[in-house]
Amino acid sequence: MRKGLVGALLLSLLVPLLLLSGSPSANAATLCLPKPDETGCISGTVGSRAEPVAGVDVVLRDAEGNDVETVTTAEDGKFSFAVSEAGEYFVVLDEETLPDGLEQLPPRSAIAGPDGSVKVAAKLGTSVSPIVEVRSEDYDAGGESFTDQIAQSVVNGLRLGLLLALASLGLSLIYGTTGLSNFAHAEQVTLGGMVAYGLVNLAGINLWLGIVVTTVICAASGYLQDRLLWQPLRRRGLGLTQLMIVTIGLALAAQYAYQFFVGASLQKVVVRDFGTTTFGPVTLTNLSFLAMGVAIVAIAVVGYVLVRTRIGQATRAVSDNPALAAASGIDVDKIIRLVWTAAAGLAGLAGVLYALVISNGIRWDTGMQILLLLFAAVTLGGLGTAFGAFVGSIIIGLVVELAGPLGAPGDLKYAVALGILIVLLLVRPQGILGRAERVG
Amino acid sequence: MDTILDILGAVIREAISPGTAAVAIAVIGLNLHFGYTGLLNFGQSGFMLLGAYGFAISLVHDIPLPLAVLIGLGLAFVFALVLGIPTLQLRGDYLAIVTISAAEIIRFVGRLANLKDLTGGAQGIQGRTYQPAFVDLSFFGDGSFTLVPFNYTDVADGAGWVRALGGLVFAACVVAVVVLVRRAKRADDPAAAPAERRRGLVHKLLVALIVVIGLYAVFFAMPVTYGRSGVNGWWVRAVAWTLVALSTLVVYLLVRSPWGRLLRGVREDEDAMRSLGRNVFAIKMQSLVIGGLFGALGGMVYVLASTVQPDALGRQITFFAYTALLLGGAATILGPVLGTVLFFSARILIRESARAYVPDSVMSTQQTEQFSFIIVGVALVLLVIFRPQGILGNKRELRFNV
Repeated sequence: MRKGLVGALLLSLLVPLLLLSGSPSANAATLCLPKPDETGCISGTVGSRAEPVAGVDVVLRDAEGNDVETVTTAEDGKFSFAVSEAGEYFVVLDEETLPDGLEQLPPRSAIAGPDGSVKVAAKLGTSVSPIVEVRSEDYDAGGESFTDQIAQSVVNGLRLGLLLALASLGLSLIYGTTGLSNFAHAEQVTLGGMVAYGLVNLAGINLWLGIVVTTVICAASGYLQDRLLWQPLRRRGLGLTQLMIVTIGLALAAQYAYQFFVGASLQKVVVRDFGTTTFGPVTLTNLSFLAMGVAIVAIAVVGYVLVRTRIGQATRAVSDNPALAAASGIDVDKIIRLVWTAAAGLAGLAGVLYALVISNGIRWDTGMQILLLLFAAVTLGGLGTAFGAFVGSIIIGLVVELAGPLGAPGDLKYAVALGILIVLLLVRPQGILGRAERVG
Repeated sequence: MDTILDILGAVIREAISPGTAAVAIAVIGLNLHFGYTGLLNFGQSGFMLLGAYGFAISLVHDIPLPLAVLIGLGLAFVFALVLGIPTLQLRGDYLAIVTISAAEIIRFVGRLANLKDLTGGAQGIQGRTYQPAFVDLSFFGDGSFTLVPFNYTDVADGAGWVRALGGLVFAACVVAVVVLVRRAKRADDPAAAPAERRRGLVHKLLVALIVVIGLYAVFFAMPVTYGRSGVNGWWVRAVAWTLVALSTLVVYLLVRSPWGRLLRGVREDEDAMRSLGRNVFAIKMQSLVIGGLFGALGGMVYVLASTVQPDALGRQITFFAYTALLLGGAATILGPVLGTVLFFSARILIRESARAYVPDSVMSTQQTEQFSFIIVGVALVLLVIFRPQGILGNKRELRFNV
């Protein structure tokens, strides 16, 4: 008895392999074997491997929608059809035969055929596996309802947006004051997470103190960068294109330096669990609330400084017209150094928070993965306008998080954000808050 | 001594690998964009990936090879149009951000699990599913072949001094070329006397001869053996480097044509070109399309000896391409090829040397790889700051700003 069970288990593991390799197997009677130029196979499983659905009629239709063949799934939920002609077929489950409380999951639009069927392109000599998924009928009531999902995604989007805003403010300020698109800004974000990992996880410093010290260290890195690199390069009169390529070189070196010193795996900043809190349909970790709070405070402080203080006024003046600002007695170099310091500090803070609440750890490419979102946010809001960067970040955050529940599969949610950027450039190249001016 | 020879052998194999040739073709396209037209295209990897996908997927679906190449090129053509229309009328950094984003979108889409049947998802397309169509074209025959057939083993029973002599000849050739090229450059100066300019032509022929002798010396001292045909043999290498040579020739003819002068005009001063009644947008678009086609061709060559893997043709490749271009010299004919070969050789040289001579306790095998990339990044920074014209470039040609 036991031996038989092990045998069945082994067989069920082997079956997919055998299907792929197309070699004969013990239970060939129920399986289709593709032969070159003769037979093609359409086979798959109803349900999951862990919970197969047996006794369901699976219907195969040809391209015109005529039923070709019907098979009933075996104990392991498997079905297979042998076809002698290549082409398009449709696979659909007979709802009548599905066990009560189950329904066929409507296939994704890319593979959807008529009447909820799954489109499949059969080829002779190979085996294709349509994805036929089932879910419980009370999926909507029992699981998360669509509106709840949306609510959760909106909150997640705001969270992501706030952290993006923290990082993109610096990117935007640097662009505004120096005209430089800093491709190494993402590595400043990663630096924040890395420093926090070293301080909090490795050295065991208190998390809150760690966040503050990390921000200070990152700000210092910005100060030193401007002092040792950017200011001398500005003095040399290096063009913006050249400077931009310098930032790319820096980004490359920094990414591999992180790998060199920390390794290529994801490192946790904190191992402690801080628990979660639920408000109605929305559940977030407590750390997330804290991160959003810190981000809002930091952004508010930057906003206040920019609008209400002399330093902020001077920064905006340099953004508008460096030469005029210098002529009015503003120390442009000092302002730019301050901007670099603040930008690196904000990016570092964003990096810690991002590692804490979104990526659940820090890795050498954490920053690189959000770099394009940052650029999209800054461009969307209007290059060089700090408040535009904030608005753009919130929009990008929402788009990324809402793309999933609204139907974008997997990594495509990032692609959607970048696609929106490209479309926006078509209609409003100066960005949402940018002033309409000639940008060509 | 053996360690050094092993390292040099690895460097030479990397220098002539199909991957190096593929990137060289993409860099030639990038040179047209960045070097000659001043377009900041940061999506060359996207062009490469599209070319590779179009080519490989067509071959998997039993489409004939020439048509598959055309499909790959066609995809890149459409991609260039889609990128160019919204951005070419805007400031240069918009093009940079949009091209890098679009290249990432292509990579994300290629990785999608839903498209697994077509693109193979994140695993990509296995080489053996599409390579036979190309490998079968080989007329090189079977067995293996050593380049060059007459090498150090045929002289004095392959004594060490023979190899060393080959190395010395190579070193002497490099020195001679550097000296001659510098002199020829002075002679190219319009202010130079006509007699000197004629001598410049003699110099050029002499340089070409010395380069050939130098290359022979390298392979004489360090012969390389591969299968004649097969997936990763001389056939792929011969085709790849022939394409590099053809691409270089095409770009050479393009940029010395009147159209090439238009490109440089756009790079130097768009407004002046407009005032002369030229359609700057159209010129930029033509440059973007043609350079992108080279990118797609590079992508196809890239996957000939490996697999179509979306992450292998990501942002990094674009950045490597820029490093190679700036190393060789933007806006020069031979700069892209020289830069790419040097870039990949130098990286392997750094990595292998670190592996051989740095103890494992200081740097693990994994870390030597990363170490070599750190050096690449720092080298890019130093290059741009201290020698923006690269090895072959002319500093006056690089004053532009986009």
